[in-house]
Amino acid sequence: MASLITCPHCGTRPKEEFSIRGAAAPKRPSPTAKDETWHAYVYVRDNPKGRYKEYWHHVAGCRRFLVVERDNLTHEVFGVTDASEFKRAGAAE
Amino acid sequence: MTSYRLGSGGAIDRGQSLNFTLDGRTYKGFEGDTLASALLANDQMLMARSFKYHRPRGVLTAGSAEPNALMTIGSGARAEPNARATVVELYNGLAAASQNRWPSLKHDFGAVNDLFSPFLGAGFYYKTFMWPGVLWEKLYEPLIRRAAGLGKVTMQADPDRYEKSWAHCDLLVIGAGPTGLMAALAAGRAGIRVILADEGFRFGGSLLSESAAVGGQPAAEFAAEVVEELATLPNVTLMPRTTVFGWYDDMVFGAVERVQKHVASPSSDLPMERLWRVVAKRAILATGAEERPLVFGGNDKPGVMTAGAARTYLNRYGVAVGGKVAVFTNGGSGYRTAADLLAQGVDVTAIIDARPQSADPVPDGIRIIRNGSVIATKGRHRIEGLIAERSGFEEVIGCDALAVSGGWSPIVHLMCQRGAKPVWSDGKQAFLAPDVGGAFVAAGSAAGQASLGDCLKDGSAKAHAALDALGRLVRSLETPEVEGEYDPSFAPLWYVPGARDKAFVDFQNDVHVGDLGLAQREGFRHIEHTKRYTTAGMATDQGKLGNVNTAGIVAGMRGVSPAEIGTTTFRPFYTPVSFGALAGTARAEHAAPVRTSPLHSWARKNGATFVESGLWYRSAWFPREGEKTWRESVDREVLNVRANAGLCDVSTLGKIEIFGRGAAEFLDRIYSNSFLKLPVGSARYGLMLREDGIVFDDGTASRLSETHYVMTTTTAFAAEVLAHLEFSAQTFWPELDVRFVSSTDQWAQMSLAGPKARIIMSRVVQDDISDAAFPFLAAREVTLRGGLKARLFRISFSGELAYELAVPAGYGEAVADAIMDAGHEEGICAYGVEALNVLRVEKGHVTHNELDGRTTADDVGLGRMMAMQKPDFIGKRLSTRFGLTAADRLQLVGLKPIEADKEIKAGAHLLKDGAKPSLANDQGFVSSACFSPTSGHFIALAMLKSGRERLGERIMVWDGLRGSDVLCEVCPSVFVDPENSKLHL
Amino acid sequence: MRYSAYSIFKEALSGNRMWKPAWREPQPKPHYDVIIVGGGGHGLATAYYLAKEFGITNVAVLEKGYLGSGNVGRNTTIIRSNYLLEGNNPFYEFSLKLWEGLERDFNYNAMVSQRGMLNLFHSDGQRDHYARKGNGMRLHGVDAELLDREQVRRKAPYLNFDHARFPIMGALYQKRAGTVRHDAVAWGYGRGADAHGVDLIQHCEVTGIRRENGLVVGVETTRGFIGCNKLALAAAGNTTTVGRMADLELPIETHVLQAFVSEGLKPVVDHVITYGAGHFYISQSDKGGLVFGAEIDFYSSYAQRGNLQTVEHTMEEGVSLIPGLSRAKVLRSWGGVMDMSMDGSPIIDRTPIDNLYLNCGWCYGGFKATPASGFCFAHLIAKNETHHVSRFMRLDRFERGYTIDEAGRGPQPNLH
Repeated sequence: MASLITCPHCGTRPKEEFSIRGAAAPKRPSPTAKDETWHAYVYVRDNPKGRYKEYWHHVAGCRRFLVVERDNLTHEVFGVTDASEFKRAGAAE
Repeated sequence: MTSYRLGSGGAIDRGQSLNFTLDGRTYKGFEGDTLASALLANDQMLMARSFKYHRPRGVLTAGSAEPNALMTIGSGARAEPNARATVVELYNGLAAASQNRWPSLKHDFGAVNDLFSPFLGAGFYYKTFMWPGVLWEKLYEPLIRRAAGLGKVTMQADPDRYEKSWAHCDLLVIGAGPTGLMAALAAGRAGIRVILADEGFRFGGSLLSESAAVGGQPAAEFAAEVVEELATLPNVTLMPRTTVFGWYDDMVFGAVERVQKHVASPSSDLPMERLWRVVAKRAILATGAEERPLVFGGNDKPGVMTAGAARTYLNRYGVAVGGKVAVFTNGGSGYRTAADLLAQGVDVTAIIDARPQSADPVPDGIRIIRNGSVIATKGRHRIEGLIAERSGFEEVIGCDALAVSGGWSPIVHLMCQRGAKPVWSDGKQAFLAPDVGGAFVAAGSAAGQASLGDCLKDGSAKAHAALDALGRLVRSLETPEVEGEYDPSFAPLWYVPGARDKAFVDFQNDVHVGDLGLAQREGFRHIEHTKRYTTAGMATDQGKLGNVNTAGIVAGMRGVSPAEIGTTTFRPFYTPVSFGALAGTARAEHAAPVRTSPLHSWARKNGATFVESGLWYRSAWFPREGEKTWRESVDREVLNVRANAGLCDVSTLGKIEIFGRGAAEFLDRIYSNSFLKLPVGSARYGLMLREDGIVFDDGTASRLSETHYVMTTTTAFAAEVLAHLEFSAQTFWPELDVRFVSSTDQWAQMSLAGPKARIIMSRVVQDDISDAAFPFLAAREVTLRGGLKARLFRISFSGELAYELAVPAGYGEAVADAIMDAGHEEGICAYGVEALNVLRVEKGHVTHNELDGRTTADDVGLGRMMAMQKPDFIGKRLSTRFGLTAADRLQLVGLKPIEADKEIKAGAHLLKDGAKPSLANDQGFVSSACFSPTSGHFIALAMLKSGRERLGERIMVWDGLRGSDVLCEVCPSVFVDPENSKLHL
Repeated sequence: MRYSAYSIFKEALSGNRMWKPAWREPQPKPHYDVIIVGGGGHGLATAYYLAKEFGITNVAVLEKGYLGSGNVGRNTTIIRSNYLLEGNNPFYEFSLKLWEGLERDFNYNAMVSQRGMLNLFHSDGQRDHYARKGNGMRLHGVDAELLDREQVRRKAPYLNFDHARFPIMGALYQKRAGTVRHDAVAWGYGRGADAHGVDLIQHCEVTGIRRENGLVVGVETTRGFIGCNKLALAAAGNTTTVGRMADLELPIETHVLQAFVSEGLKPVVDHVITYGAGHFYISQSDKGGLVFGAEIDFYSSYAQRGNLQTVEHTMEEGVSLIPGLSRAKVLRSWGGVMDMSMDGSPIIDRTPIDNLYLNCGWCYGGFKATPASGFCFAHLIAKNETHHVSRFMRLDRFERGYTIDEAGRGPQPNLH
């Protein structure tokens, strides 16, 4: 849910401390990737209804980008990960 | 005037007499009264006019669901429109005014609408007022607008303060009636942090109006005892006068506390209202149930009210709602009201019971009409009698008040605000709270419990469930016995057939059964359609009294169960909340924080005029004696910078310290131009793109050591650029060793520009700053005379020989003073952002006027800054798309007027000379314009289609908005020193 | 049946018993020439114009809820054509012109009220921006005036002129802008479409799009399969969900925007007003409620409800702009789910599937566009060619680099 976010660095904090960047799923392609891949990265959004990963920036806290996984229909939060963790996990996939 | 105040009884302080006025007339009430109870005590039943038909109205309830008795409280800037008299706490000097009537409450011209009501049914306005078209806005709409609306808002600034706060608790109990009190007591004794909030000013809820005994004592005394104990518990916070209005994500509740609404002279040390965001681990909804009015002909006469309201006025406020009261009921509540009235010596003329039989005990001497119904009422400003019907026989029964009971609806509003719909129960003939998970549960009559005893039990049971969930094991609380309770059951009765007059379901909006029927006939059958077409449920009470009846009646018309009809959507706010409370302190001059530069007082003492720039106040220009216009000052400042020198505060530019072994690589990917090989001790102008290839921001980055850079950004984008850097570093390239911190507020930064800048600066700086030792784009730490370490950058926005000097913020003013002293002989002046802007336009430097989020580097002539040989930088890949490289894009050019005295304004558009003004002929626009004292005429920067190919062309600068046409010549965008010779002096 | 003062008079005399339903409640036919998914404003308007302007009447509108249950019934009712960019301005002006004749066209009083709109500005930069916009409007023949502070004060003396953190310097004024009774737009178009023979099928949710040989042949619905020659999507808020049924990849994110209404008040705000130092905007309905809103909630959401932080922020801006609102009370807030496109502008276009048409991406500006959107979409569906005022609203504009970025904020939907 989106009134309180549990920051892995700062603890549970209100939404007021964050600014929301947008979808976390798109991965920045390699510089040599195809045009379509780049277009899709910048412009196409999966936009699912339900479970959703989104970048939240803890601007009034640790200033880390966090990946908040939540249900965008019920606003239930399933987990909050630091962006670099998320990137590492993605690279491991 | 008859007094309806009883000789004794009630939770009012008869020793504290209060004077108040309604429409200028003075009345008396007591401490503990509401405005409504005091008016009723004074035989003032007529309290309002309805919205559409202007029918006379009294009170229907004794609580926050009141749809009728809306008044304006207070006067002048403190006037509050649409206050419900039923919840307004009486204070001495309270001044109330009735609303939506002219010329007076008693004689209201608008009541003529009632005569025309056959023509004014649901949705009539959608079907007419269309011809001729012009008359809608000229005639019909103004008439409708004038007639519509309720109270008047003062439109004066509010003299009072408001504030906001957070609260945290283990258990939030919403409502301090029997259920809530028991829940709070059970949880409070167990030691968890409890917040008990109630919208009323006295805790107890229905116990305060109850004639049954609880735990062997009068119900109100029981309530007082519990409250007394709760007040002694340090872990329990009691919040009277606090309405929980919304349930938001993560068990955050919005609540508003009316701190001083009941105070005759508000203290300026306290807020008028306080907004609370309550973070609760668990919450119990103990908001009780609403008694449903019966829907019968003439059910809106002043004096018709719910049976529960009549009991509340009687038992809590010591007011008889009439001298001869009739009762119309389908359940036990009506009987209890009759009995209570009788016990206080009030004449009860009859109980009309819609049911053929019932087990309710009939008070001695009261006439019962079973299987009866009320089909009409008499009287205008107050009910004078009713026509009862039984088996086809009609009978007139005299009365001056009519208590009605149509059953009970749990108040489930808050639990339905997040999408869950209430669930119809055939057994309880009511919509019950949905299951929203264990953290938030309904209890007592909010959960459909009918009897007082069950409510008490349920309150403590639900508290124990919460304690259990929180891991507390405690002994269960003993529930007190209730004696003399009535049977609260009822038989469903949605609509009383045979109505002679309109039978209202939504009293305030004047929606009657006929409107609901019309909506069904016209196809507006979905309950949301019915609502929107008839406006049922859209009044200030949001259908608290009417919506369930509407669903029941529509179900009856359609021959289905109310379950199939359902309810409309519940949304915040439970009851209306003032703008003031939700705005808190953020208003007027405090609407946003103020940022001032470390050089603010330096600028002020030099006579600066300030201008808002985002959150900043920046020095705009420095007028001198004899200068009559801002232009005179700015022209002088510009010429002086070009001829001598000037000092400008540039502290507001964003400053970001960048550290790490990966910083060089990082900057190389962030900027479109190359940064990898920037030498230590140098600055470079950089262009930052968005990933879509459009320019994001520009600025400089200076390398202070191998692993330390300082970046400047534009004032406006400082925060966004920092976020952009953090985003890129953390999500794209976490492997790069790079860290950022904003140092905007830590440094006072000033630009010293002009041919004499070096002479002046060398008087302040110890280091050698000759052109050889400190060339253009040098950037390094220097020592000021006196020993202060500072950062010096040889960068220029004005095109002159210029330095930017950064010193720790606290030294800013002293250093600026020293520079002004050092430059006195050279004719130094302070200059502001206006002159800075003129200087940069003269040099053709772009700002966000040009970089408006749609321009590419090439558009503004900075195509050379796209280092396409780099493997990667943000914005590289999408910058080559067809549309971003098309030949007909707008490109940056300069403009100068053919006739030298003509003024050009930013925002004008460009047309080919002789072309008709039309969108098809639009060639671009003027992005920046100013008078150039250096050139002696206006100059402009413009974005022109294929502009760079069109130098020398004559173009019309068309400003239809301000009525000017100026013929200009397209010229290069650099007006002064195109060779940059002055930079390298 | 035709609505008029006479019809009201006549029906009133017979007890208002003879009014006919505004639309039929037909069973779906096995096959239609055109199926429109979405019975909101845009879908209904499309059906109306398809039938009335282009003679295509074998049309069904499939709505999963009730007619007008989407954003057309949940917005702040503003109409205007004060747009900056060539890709937008002519389209919205076309829409405003359609609004101006709409009620007599579809015989339904939607209370089009051209009360004028003030876009306040608070800095030189903002003034220059509005001047650029206003001149662009003028070039297209759209009314626009640039008012100074005193002219604004005469029109709206209750604004905060004396104690403002961001003083009002002036306003861009569009006299022809205003408000419309939102529900009535859906009902008027629905009734008009029905009268031309269009089947409006409520409570019929599309669950799949059936394709054969690369073309759409019909839709699976909760009321069975319905065939069609052409399928048109106008399902704002659920565009991605429906589009996925045809494997469309879209530049859309779903966000929630809150809106608010106050208790009924006597008329005080006579215009539509936008606050230049924030995102707050306000007007007053004919019924007396102040209708207002500000920013979106910024996170992805399909829930039609908002966050308290945004509520507070909206009220802060409201009281900062209009200090006298402090003691008025807000009655209700609601959340609308909207397609935020990647450049803040809509899409009316064909898709990679030849007989599948797309209308989406209206962000929070879809209401004012309803007539033009319906007209242009109908034009596209009927003639298979783009109407000239919507020619920039292409699906491939992102790939080609021709975005219509009115706010200049780039490909981050929550900034538009």
